[in-house]
Amino acid sequence: KSSVQTVGEEQIQNPYTELLVLKGHQDIVRFLVQIDDYRFASAGDDGIICLWNAQTGEKLFELHGHTHKITAIAPFSSSDAFEEKNHLIITASADRTVIVWDCTSGRQVQKVSCFHSTVKCLTVLQRLDVWLSGGSDLCVWNRKLDLLCKSSHLTDAGISALVELPKNCVAVAVGRELIIFRLSGSNNESEGWNVFEVKRLVDHQDNILSLVSINDLTFVTGSHVGELIVWDALDWTKQASECNFWDSSVHPDVQPEIKLSQSPNETSVQHLTSDEECVFAAVGKGIYVYNLQMKRVIACQRTAHDSSVLHIEKLPNRQLISCSEDGSVRIWELREKQQLAAEPVGAGFFNMWGFGRANKQANQTAKKMQESTPMYFLELVGDLIGHSSAVQMFLYFGELGLATCSADHLIILWKDGERESSLRSLTLFQKLAQNGDLQLKL
Amino acid sequence: MISAPDVVAFTREEELEDDLYREPPLPEEYSVPLFPFAGHGANPWAKVAGSKFTRDFILISEFSEQVGPQPLLTIPDDAKVSGTFDLNYFSLRIMSVDYQASFVGHPPGSAYPKLNFVEDSKVVLGDSKEGAFAYVHHLTLYDLEARGFVRPFCMAYISADEHKIMQQFQELSAEFSKASECLKTGNRKAFASELEKKLRDLDYTRTVLHNETEAQKKANDKGYYTTQAIEKANELASVEKSIIEHQDLLRQIRSYPYRKLKESEFHPYEPERALDRADTGCDQDSAPSDPAEPGETYLYTHIPSYTPKLIKAKSAKCFDKKLKTLEELCDVYFFTQTLDQLHHIERTFRGDVCYLLTEQISRALLKQQSVTNFLFEDVSFLDEKPPEKQYRGCQGLGQDAMDGKCLEESLTPKVVISLGSYKSSVECVPIKMEQEMEDSEEPKMSESVTSEPQENLDYLDADIKGSISSGESIEVLGTEKSGLTKSESQASLPVMPSPQAGRSKVGSRRTVSEDSIEVLSTCPSESLIPEDFKASYPSAINEEPYADNDDDERGLRFAPRPSPGGADERDDDVSKQESLVQVDAACCIGKESPNFLEPLPELGQKPCEEDGVVRIPPQPYRAAEQGLRGGFPAHDGAPGGLLPYELDSRYLSGSREVSKSSLDECSDSTSHISSAASTCSDRTPSPARPACQAGERHRKRAGQNALRFIRQYPFAHPAIYSLLSGRTLVVLGEDEAMVKKLVTALSIFVPNCGVYAKPVKHWVTSPLHLVDFQKWKLIGLQRTVSPAGMNALHALSRYSRYLSILDADSKTLRCPLYKGTVVARLADHRTQIKRGSTYYMHVQSILTQLCSKAFLFTFCHHLHLPISEREPEESVVNRRMNFLKLQLGLANEDVKIVQYLAELLKLHYIQEPGQGGSPLLRFDYVPSFLYKI
Repeated sequence: KSSVQTVGEEQIQNPYTELLVLKGHQDIVRFLVQIDDYRFASAGDDGIICLWNAQTGEKLFELHGHTHKITAIAPFSSSDAFEEKNHLIITASADRTVIVWDCTSGRQVQKVSCFHSTVKCLTVLQRLDVWLSGGSDLCVWNRKLDLLCKSSHLTDAGISALVELPKNCVAVAVGRELIIFRLSGSNNESEGWNVFEVKRLVDHQDNILSLVSINDLTFVTGSHVGELIVWDALDWTKQASECNFWDSSVHPDVQPEIKLSQSPNETSVQHLTSDEECVFAAVGKGIYVYNLQMKRVIACQRTAHDSSVLHIEKLPNRQLISCSEDGSVRIWELREKQQLAAEPVGAGFFNMWGFGRANKQANQTAKKMQESTPMYFLELVGDLIGHSSAVQMFLYFGELGLATCSADHLIILWKDGERESSLRSLTLFQKLAQNGDLQLKL
Repeated sequence: MISAPDVVAFTREEELEDDLYREPPLPEEYSVPLFPFAGHGANPWAKVAGSKFTRDFILISEFSEQVGPQPLLTIPDDAKVSGTFDLNYFSLRIMSVDYQASFVGHPPGSAYPKLNFVEDSKVVLGDSKEGAFAYVHHLTLYDLEARGFVRPFCMAYISADEHKIMQQFQELSAEFSKASECLKTGNRKAFASELEKKLRDLDYTRTVLHNETEAQKKANDKGYYTTQAIEKANELASVEKSIIEHQDLLRQIRSYPYRKLKESEFHPYEPERALDRADTGCDQDSAPSDPAEPGETYLYTHIPSYTPKLIKAKSAKCFDKKLKTLEELCDVYFFTQTLDQLHHIERTFRGDVCYLLTEQISRALLKQQSVTNFLFEDVSFLDEKPPEKQYRGCQGLGQDAMDGKCLEESLTPKVVISLGSYKSSVECVPIKMEQEMEDSEEPKMSESVTSEPQENLDYLDADIKGSISSGESIEVLGTEKSGLTKSESQASLPVMPSPQAGRSKVGSRRTVSEDSIEVLSTCPSESLIPEDFKASYPSAINEEPYADNDDDERGLRFAPRPSPGGADERDDDVSKQESLVQVDAACCIGKESPNFLEPLPELGQKPCEEDGVVRIPPQPYRAAEQGLRGGFPAHDGAPGGLLPYELDSRYLSGSREVSKSSLDECSDSTSHISSAASTCSDRTPSPARPACQAGERHRKRAGQNALRFIRQYPFAHPAIYSLLSGRTLVVLGEDEAMVKKLVTALSIFVPNCGVYAKPVKHWVTSPLHLVDFQKWKLIGLQRTVSPAGMNALHALSRYSRYLSILDADSKTLRCPLYKGTVVARLADHRTQIKRGSTYYMHVQSILTQLCSKAFLFTFCHHLHLPISEREPEESVVNRRMNFLKLQLGLANEDVKIVQYLAELLKLHYIQEPGQGGSPLLRFDYVPSFLYKI
């Protein structure tokens, strides 16, 4: 019996009451990337990139060019230097090519196929107007796809993650190591660029899976065995670390079965996201909220999903969305807990919850009395069920809704039914007015 | 949507209940008069008890040159149908009004026999003695062996109800014309190949004779011709002549399609079904743009190998030869096609005339509701048009291009050929046909024959109406032509002054009247049609009087005009009819009257009814429609804000082409709502159309199953609510038949999402996916114990929030709660309705109400847009809710139904034409409950 928290059929806070299924891919869709306010691109194992209108669900373009699966995708909007805003996307594929596409015309702008290994990550440094590709080495390219410089061969396994740091630095995750590179060069010349290794950090016990920049001062990494390290972005020192997500001594509410069956997969930090205050980590099946100031986990949902959480994102309204291999998308809300309530929620109401919190609360209050610190918990406010297979990623479009992509080859556009309905009414009356049908005809 | 028979039946039942009697009686004008003979257990719909046949049928007769008029076949081909009705006698009657004195042979001034391409004639006649009234369609077929190469045939639609014949005249005419065209096409083909054969025979004979003559010449050295030789030479000469004649005939028959194509009236026969096309593969693949030409030429190019025979000198005894059967005269393929068409006619016009009319009206009205009609109506029924037209009708609302088209359409001069006015002009003129009269006419006839040049053939047949006087009781129901001509010779006819007298003698009249012929198809122009005939279609209850009546270039317009619905209304028409009587009287004479060919503009322009009173019940409904439409998708091009679709043009409108084209749709459409005539007597089975017969049966069955469903399952209401609110209902079960039955039953509640097929999937065996719920709103799912079956169940539980699940095996339903009132009315398990078709119509009527509410809700401007700039969204939402609850009187979940329907309307309306628009799935997060029996 799954211990996953469930939400009833009545989901008042769930705004998504309308969905559109977007069909276009023939294989797992792994990446969604936003192009502008209403467009996004999807890519996956079939090597096809599709451009969609997030408002209407209309497929704008289907871009063919890669022969193997797509391994990385990054939007590359032109800076102000160019007259008109030109939206490009860069895609890297297992066929060892990188293609730049024009999103407006749907045409291939340029193709680079001089890679020795698959490019696994792409990052655009808008400030320098260059982009970086990470495979077995790190390459720096300019907009015209000139190779500006490249690092020495790093590893055969390749770079797994890449993040921009201040002062022209980038942090590169290679295996369990974190390497800091610094770029130097002029903005205009294609000569004179150089990239060199500044520091190698080996604090992680296992492969670094996620690497995310929080602000100009900090970035955070997560590893396969559940270590979470907060780094100073300027001097690359470890600010804090949390590596006991699964530790029952910290969180004694973990059920014994889970502990026994614990495998690295259960604790790997799949994805990280953050706002100014907190880092949200998708660890195994659970979601953890790590407060940067308090340097501890302030809320968690140990089994947020039936299987691994693949992607999480924080919404502006204190909500958190997670998607998982179990095919569901869940919407959480970070809520403040009433300190004094001995039994905050009826045990039978959310059985998992009542069970967990009571213990934790007792435990923690016993350990250290943090009377002034508010307690938080993640409340499940809704779930989106539509995909029949793992939901790889999602893209939050604000009012336009939410796009999710999945291993079932589909993309689903979840929309606020109320809003759509009134928009349709608006369109209808516009059309009526346009046809001159609003006037009474006698 | 409840047809009149239902209503009447109900009042009749009431009479038996004493309680109801105590209630204050209805005002006289509203009460339905009881059938006078109700007490005797008589069927009030068996109008003419005197008729000897049990139901309407179609009779094909031939005027055989050997035995005279004889019946060939009846449709339906059932001895019971015609009963004791004397087919032979009636054949004589209907053939006696034949006009086929048309000449063939050697016209003066022509060396060769000429084929006479006569138009069909369309006649209505009645035989009060037999209690039979008939629409008679005469046609001639060519037969090389027949006298003058022609064989006169006629097809007659025989009914006991004269109103039916008169009111459906145009439809009958159009349908029979199709059948006739089919027969004639086949006949031309057969005739041409017969000629080819004959030519080969002649050619062969000539060769043989020539050889013989040569041989004789050689053998004969005496220097003079023997009688034998002269005989041979004569024979040779006659064969030569015969060859030339036949070649000429062949040329004529081949040139027919080309000649006819130039005439707008000509509608070359085209088979309707693609299946047949594929089956036969012959000559029907021609493009629709020039349908006749390639087809017909192909007909004659394909000649099977044939061994010529020697033609002997004519045998003297021509009565020995066996005449070709109808099947031989036409190609077998065309013959069967014709039979199909006739069966189709028979089915279409089955049932009581009030049913037919009600249905035509409701269909016409439905067609106008292009914004909402897709929801619950079978749009394919409404649009029996090519796809692009359908698209125009259903989606093109408000397009600019559309408007342009409409404008064009509406600018063409419009004239309506009215059935109602046929009816009103029906005069049973009791004419004692004097022998001298006939005599006096005969010379005229022949005169006209001889003097008519070839190109006047078009109305030649109109002129030569061989009227045969008879002492029998054939009454002239009406003639169109008669309205056109005022002949001085009318004075010689004993005209009955009042139409009333002529009308009231059902069954008892013994007046002798002349046979009259209406020749619609030969009217050279529409202007010939007198205003009485143009006024309106019977169901075109009233056209909105044009408010801005100033632009005359739009053509002829006609004020509202009632179609007399029954005998009661006739009084009102007296004034009009009086003017007609004298005209009618002229029916049999004076066809040469000069004004025959002259348009009668002053008649055409005159509004035919000053008071503008409308007397047909559905009218208020229509008026309401108009009112509604005022605010919305009006079309600029259309006069008076009316929708300019075909259907309207049929009413308002029409240049002859328009009215003609709409005729087909109209007649095709007659049986939209199925056996609505459920209360009709058993002698008049419900009509059905062959094309949609399946749909017809389906509806009946669906209605029956639905009735059973709501009686058997106490949780029918939430199930139906699920369907109406757009929540997919899955019927789960092991037994395919049972599941399909349930799905069929429930399918009548499923709103369409667009103009496509109903979102119903009867039987699925694979696990369902989200995409399926987008596409289908009602699914029959197989329950198996196999792993796949488990998967299917797993998928069901996974997607349970989108689904309602009706378990047919354990008789449970899992779905959201329903506390509204609409479904209770829709599906009352204590309903008194017993017949599936009746229930189907009940459902349709309630669904139509829902549609209209949804329509109001959707198109109320202020409900969806803030009134002022600063108005918060919440107040708009509140306003919307208030409207739904207070104005529309919807309770609880009924709101959801209307909201869903409104959403569909919106989607349908704003959908860009051409692109299908991705279907979206809307759902609610509402708890489900498990219902058990």
